[in-house]
Amino acid sequence: MSAQALPETAAVPWRTRVDGARLRQRGALWTATTAAHVVPFVAAGVLLVVLQPLAAAVTVIAFAHAWVIPELYAARGANVLRPVRRDPRAATAHTTALGLLADLVDHAARDRLATTGLVVEPGRLGTWVVGERGAVLLRGRRAFCYCVGVPDPTLPPADRTAHLLLALRADEQGFATVANLAFAGARWRVRRRLAPAMRPALRIP
Amino acid sequence: MSRLVRMDRTGHTTLAEWSPDSPEAVEAAVQAFRAELDRGYFAMVSTGPGHADHVTELPVDAELVILRLPIVGG
Repeated sequence: MSAQALPETAAVPWRTRVDGARLRQRGALWTATTAAHVVPFVAAGVLLVVLQPLAAAVTVIAFAHAWVIPELYAARGANVLRPVRRDPRAATAHTTALGLLADLVDHAARDRLATTGLVVEPGRLGTWVVGERGAVLLRGRRAFCYCVGVPDPTLPPADRTAHLLLALRADEQGFATVANLAFAGARWRVRRRLAPAMRPALRIP
Repeated sequence: MSRLVRMDRTGHTTLAEWSPDSPEAVEAAVQAFRAELDRGYFAMVSTGPGHADHVTELPVDAELVILRLPIVGG
């Protein structure tokens, strides 16, 4: 990655530039938020069934809430890697764009792009998985899902990925600063919400 | 032969091609480069595996200069 600052960061001067410490802080905040959602439901469910065993059905509902809420957040995170809708009239443009994108990556990444539709890019903050609507930063077992894109609906999907990849390569921290964090949490939660063909991209060590 | 390409709705468009030893071709490329920057594009050159730099002047010796649009948080 380059040492140059991403020009787009000038549009978000109020945001703290993302670095390792900032990521740890955001990750801890997401964990605390998830716990704040889950613990009350679990506690209420346990308490109910202890006080009144006939309320087991309500306990099950409480447990279901405790499960579903983090899943909904993870689904929002996984959305950043979902492909944009293909316009069949722009198939040629997509193929052309795919050729340029393939030229930007090495052989291993090109093979992975062909099978998953995603670009895996090593960085200093972690390993990035770049899609058409955003990117996921993998750090240990945690995934940071960033929603970011190009505000031009006419661009072919592969060009969207290429835009993000070039910006990421120019300034990784700036990229994470400009992008909106949609989810931070367990990598497996995000992976299971993806299409099966995409999942190998999140199995990077 | 160096190329200036713009990522756009067609996939990409080659706006200029030049050799550093051809002043006319270089000048045409510089004009095209400036026009696209004025339209809001950012110019990028790869500087090695996993590295890219923004440029505000056409790097005449670069093999490939790519023009991209600004990104925004979604």
